[in-house]
Amino acid sequence: MRLLPCGETAVLVETDAVPSVVAVLAGLDAELVPAARTVLVRAASPADLPAVRARVAELLAGPLPPAPVADPAQTVVIGVRYDGEDLAEVAALTGLTAAEVVAAHTGRPWRVAFGGFAPGFAYLDGGDPRLVVPRRADPRTVVPAGAVGLAGSWSGIYPRPSPGGWQLIGRTDAVLWDLGRTPPALLRPGWWVQFEELP
Amino acid sequence: MIEVLKPGPLALVEDAGRPGLAAVGVSPSGAFDRAAFADGARLVGNTAGHAAIEVTLGGLVVRSAAHHRVALTGAVCAATVNGLPVPWGEPVQLRPADVLALGLPTLGLRSYLSVAGGVDVPAVLGSRSTDLLSGIGPARLAAGDFLPIGVVTVPEETPERHEAPSPSTVLDLLPGPRTDWLADPDALAGTWTVSPESNRIGVRLTGPVLTRAAAFEGEELPSEPIVRGAVQLPPSGRPVLFGPDHPTTGGYPVVAVLTEAAGDRLAQCRPGERVRLAWVAPR
Repeated sequence: MRLLPCGETAVLVETDAVPSVVAVLAGLDAELVPAARTVLVRAASPADLPAVRARVAELLAGPLPPAPVADPAQTVVIGVRYDGEDLAEVAALTGLTAAEVVAAHTGRPWRVAFGGFAPGFAYLDGGDPRLVVPRRADPRTVVPAGAVGLAGSWSGIYPRPSPGGWQLIGRTDAVLWDLGRTPPALLRPGWWVQFEELP
Repeated sequence: MIEVLKPGPLALVEDAGRPGLAAVGVSPSGAFDRAAFADGARLVGNTAGHAAIEVTLGGLVVRSAAHHRVALTGAVCAATVNGLPVPWGEPVQLRPADVLALGLPTLGLRSYLSVAGGVDVPAVLGSRSTDLLSGIGPARLAAGDFLPIGVVTVPEETPERHEAPSPSTVLDLLPGPRTDWLADPDALAGTWTVSPESNRIGVRLTGPVLTRAAAFEGEELPSEPIVRGAVQLPPSGRPVLFGPDHPTTGGYPVVAVLTEAAGDRLAQCRPGERVRLAWVAPR
């Protein structure tokens, strides 16, 4: 684990255990932005950074707790029609049948690792390791809202129509981002997603 | 109420932004030149929560529908009320039907029109700022828009005059999380040209092509959080300096981060202009 410099108001924690680091730093008076291998800790102002940085170093010096397990109270069930344009391609890439891809995608809860790319987009990890696939060589110029995709070991749902290079395996009617809702994002880091196949 | 007669190239409603939502993919947004925005707010008795108009490259013409105390800060433009010059960086009293017009800035890029009481459009996620990346917040201003102005709650006093920004085009650099990915950090320091492909999301620079250190050649960086002022090195080898509407994560190395003050000065860097980057801390 390393603390990397990130300007006058933030520090970047580099770690193999993002969920544990987020759990340990949760009580800190700073904004936490988790990502794949890093957690940004942003202080309220440059004057607050030295104290925040010292506290981060202190909290991370001790042993880290194990990664949290799926909490049913924080699990969002998302129904998916598995008719994505790349389902056959994903089956070919993984050596599974299309039905086995669906079974693998719905077989265990995914963890909301971090947000990014677009408001409401969540990078989901902790899925079935057989579902690791490369991004499409030729990204689509428009991916429809609700498209469910795979890229690397990640799964994700496009909150609104946007360009995208993920392999699309299905679609959902779930609304990932709704400004009329508080908070507007359906999925928050640390939460869980259980996909369910819709007929 | 203020009526927009001409928006100029780009006029947006901006306040202190919506920080704290990066984990759900929302940029901090808000006024690009925070110092100029804060000066304007002070001159008319507003706080950071009051929205102003961020004017890019001048050209804004508005008509006041009531008595409004206003102030112009940031990039200095020739400004007139009913055709007569008005001072920059000082409170100006508009009467009903007065027309305030901004010319082209002589220096810098972004000016702020602050109105006592603030531009009172509906807030989204706690802010009235327009975020050009995620499309959150009010639309860019257009001719014919009527902007409601909030109630003035602070007694009027005469604040000190605002000094126009100095013509410095040096942007101070601090080490970033991935400074070691640069083959030669000294190659980032030096003179660059601001690309026309620059906006509130990021300012692109053209100049020498920077290369990665041999150890990181061809390496993929998992997406990491981005901060305002981050200097990112994309595969093109030409740095991108992120502004307030930056994406919340990115997959290219952040090789430096601007100081907070330099992040404000970035707002004033005009396409075609030369800027100098300078390290101000050991790396």
